[in-house]
Amino acid sequence: MVKLKVNGIDRTFDGDPNMPLLWYLRDILGLTGTKFGCGMALCGACTVHKNGEAIRSCVTPMSAAAASEIRTIEDVGANGLHAVQQAWMETNVPQCGYCQSGQIMQAISLLKSNPHPTDQEIDDTMAGNICRCGTYQRIRQAIKLAAGKIA
Amino acid sequence: MSHIENVSRRRFLKGAFGAGALILAVRYIPPVFGQAIAMDGQTDADRATLRPNLFVGIQQDGTVYIVAHRSEMGTVVRTTLPLVLADELDADWTRVKIDQAIGDKRYGDQNTDGSHSIRSFFDTLRECGAAARWMLIQAAALQWNVPASECSTELHTVVHKATGRRLGYGDLASGAARLPVPKNEQIQLKKPSEWRYIGKGMTSYDLEKLCTGKAIYGMDARMDGMVYASIERPPVFGGKVKTLDDQEALKVAGVHQTVSIDPFKPPAAFQPLGGVAVIADNTWAAFQGRKKLKITWDDGPNESYDSVEYKKELRETAHKPGKLVRNVGDSDKAFPTAKNVFEADYYVPLLAHAAMEPLVALAEFKDGKVTAWAPTQNPQAAQAIVSSKLGIPIEDVICHVTLLGGGFGRKSKPDYVAEAAVLSKKLGRPVKVVWTREDDIKFDYYNAVAAMYLKAAVDEKGKPTAWLQRSVFPPISSTFDVNAVYGDPGHLQQGWTDVPYDLPNIRLENGPAQAHVRIGWLRSVANIYHAFGVQCFTDELAHRANRDPVEYMLDLIGPPRTLDFTNVDYPNYGADYKTYPWETGRLRQVIEMVADKSGWAKKKSGKGHAFGFAAHRSFLTYVATVVEVEVSDDGEIRIPRVDTAVDAGLVVNPEATRAQFEGAVVFGTSIVRSGEITAKNGVIQQSNFNDYPVARMNEVPVKTNVYITESAAAPAGVGEPGVPPFVAAFCNAIFAATGKRVRELPLSSNSMFG
Repeated sequence: MVKLKVNGIDRTFDGDPNMPLLWYLRDILGLTGTKFGCGMALCGACTVHKNGEAIRSCVTPMSAAAASEIRTIEDVGANGLHAVQQAWMETNVPQCGYCQSGQIMQAISLLKSNPHPTDQEIDDTMAGNICRCGTYQRIRQAIKLAAGKIA
Repeated sequence: MSHIENVSRRRFLKGAFGAGALILAVRYIPPVFGQAIAMDGQTDADRATLRPNLFVGIQQDGTVYIVAHRSEMGTVVRTTLPLVLADELDADWTRVKIDQAIGDKRYGDQNTDGSHSIRSFFDTLRECGAAARWMLIQAAALQWNVPASECSTELHTVVHKATGRRLGYGDLASGAARLPVPKNEQIQLKKPSEWRYIGKGMTSYDLEKLCTGKAIYGMDARMDGMVYASIERPPVFGGKVKTLDDQEALKVAGVHQTVSIDPFKPPAAFQPLGGVAVIADNTWAAFQGRKKLKITWDDGPNESYDSVEYKKELRETAHKPGKLVRNVGDSDKAFPTAKNVFEADYYVPLLAHAAMEPLVALAEFKDGKVTAWAPTQNPQAAQAIVSSKLGIPIEDVICHVTLLGGGFGRKSKPDYVAEAAVLSKKLGRPVKVVWTREDDIKFDYYNAVAAMYLKAAVDEKGKPTAWLQRSVFPPISSTFDVNAVYGDPGHLQQGWTDVPYDLPNIRLENGPAQAHVRIGWLRSVANIYHAFGVQCFTDELAHRANRDPVEYMLDLIGPPRTLDFTNVDYPNYGADYKTYPWETGRLRQVIEMVADKSGWAKKKSGKGHAFGFAAHRSFLTYVATVVEVEVSDDGEIRIPRVDTAVDAGLVVNPEATRAQFEGAVVFGTSIVRSGEITAKNGVIQQSNFNDYPVARMNEVPVKTNVYITESAAAPAGVGEPGVPPFVAAFCNAIFAATGKRVRELPLSSNSMFG
């Protein structure tokens, strides 16, 4: 039995403890904002926060999520848009949008640990998140915009 | 070519808009797109049929429903096309709701590829909006008992200026619904100066949902009682199951059963590949169960396919005379007497789409009918293949279109939708088929591998006096016709048939190639390899002649003129040649524009830091691109800046267009740096983003500037045309910085760069 908190709600899970958190969120809880892209922590589409840190939920077994606080994209904008989401909208970042939940979760975590990242620091952190539509230029712009707003 | 009729009583509409709405429909004759079956999998008969379509409804509360009948995969077409209608209707965009169409031939073409959504439907949607506006004006005039000619519209309102009376669209909806639909000659389209939205654009209707995780993609579709399926497909194209042992798979918690899917009968077209499906409670359990399957395969006729050997074969074919595609003058006569002759081989491997959302579809077979939810670029093709696989009428296949997590052409091929439908029929409950990333890479319809041979004889100024191009690639038509080995005109036209050089002797040829995998279309398609070959070879000649590549290109293109394709099979992307002629003057203009904006004349290329250039017309749009590169001593390549100039005719949504061209250079970066699918013993060797890498933030151009030409010419494509010239310009920049010519892609497996 795995106990954890998802978006502030206490949850218990008694299925296969090897099941990745991603599929628990998507198939069991119906929180489909977190996306499946590769299953190997190669693309970042599944990024969520575990105790405030960005993690790849597709390679995080439920056993490793036990006793932790998980936050997904659904909770980030629940009480008004986060500054990063606002910046994303203002910069008109998304094309297909499929990777953007993961990009936003990664960006929020970046700005939390480093409120004024340099271009190099943005590239280094965000390089784990693939966008096949190619919105990287706008993502970089939006992160800078959000950094200014949060500060 | 459209004819509007009032069809408000049709059953079909009730579901879409409810009762009481003013509804207009259009009979629309879609332009013939591309050549024959290859472009969209439909038959010529399908295309020839009249197709009535439904695009707008107005509720009594003033809500305007506009149907998006094209698929949204990031181009913002779901916003931009309805915006065209809203403009002619004078609708308030904040009161517009977009209704995503199901697959239905009455909409006309719904295959959202080929960069033709706007050009094919711009006029139709304008007419639909204008017709609705006309009816609202008539209704107001009747109510006020004044001539309609005294009435006009402001935002969402009909106005009688003389008396100051005003009525909102919602108030007029029921009155207008009783009126006849106007004839085409009664409709008054706005003057361009009156446009409210066209040319200004609008952000995506879905923007907030896309930033909050609320957008629903195919991967997110759910149905009560559904089960999840993961399918083990034959590793070699055309293979089938020899033996199956599913004992261990069935022991996995959450796994219900396994189901075999029959192998396809050639040609593959959009049929499922066959294999064994593992059915489970959730996606993870299905994946786990699948790993425990023990299957032996009969690999079939493609088991010896080896991409290294195949490359040699293509190259050999490219060195032999091929089928003549276009000829000017007499190259055969000119070459032997020429003093300086240069030749080069170019090569581009198979490429995979790798959209961020792996393929997925949900389908329910119930009471002889199928309801599917899928991220598809082509819901009508999904209907067709499901209908044919299940033996039910096409009208009994309802295909809902979700948002697409990228498409790039892969999601025009609905094999995955057919898989879900076939399984649902066998199981009697809704089934969601989820492809892994590995499935997505290994069972693609790949962009064709291509070998090209180019040869030029040049005069003392380095200008070609004779030019020969030979292109060899397994054609897309092989996916629909097992005997097809030559390129079809629809793909040969893509940067090959239409080489715009003003030279006395040009000979363009195509050699045969047998396919061993499914070949399909990927963003920019044959333009990718053709522009790479032609534009890089041209750059080679410029450098050999010690001439500036931009000036040299302008010299080769010659004076502004319309290319003459008399006696040439040149489909012009399915567009009317009078409306969309190939004008070298427009190519010259974007070249001059990008040279100016990038400061080309002042740029000095040198070792380790240099600039490259290329220009190309595709999907009726003219593009010229300059790429700046920095190459470190250990060969690491950075791209500080890209400048790209675009003439796409009238641009409805400039912001979305800029985004498409920004994205195109990222797509092109992946192709140049690392895009390569290989096969051994018929098995695709790549599987995920580790061995099929796509460009990441730290590898792409740091800054891409997009310059859009102000133009009143008919609207052309914007989704694809940015890719081909970027690929060539990037490679030309690498040459300028390193002295090493990139003739084979990608860099990662090119011995000079990898």
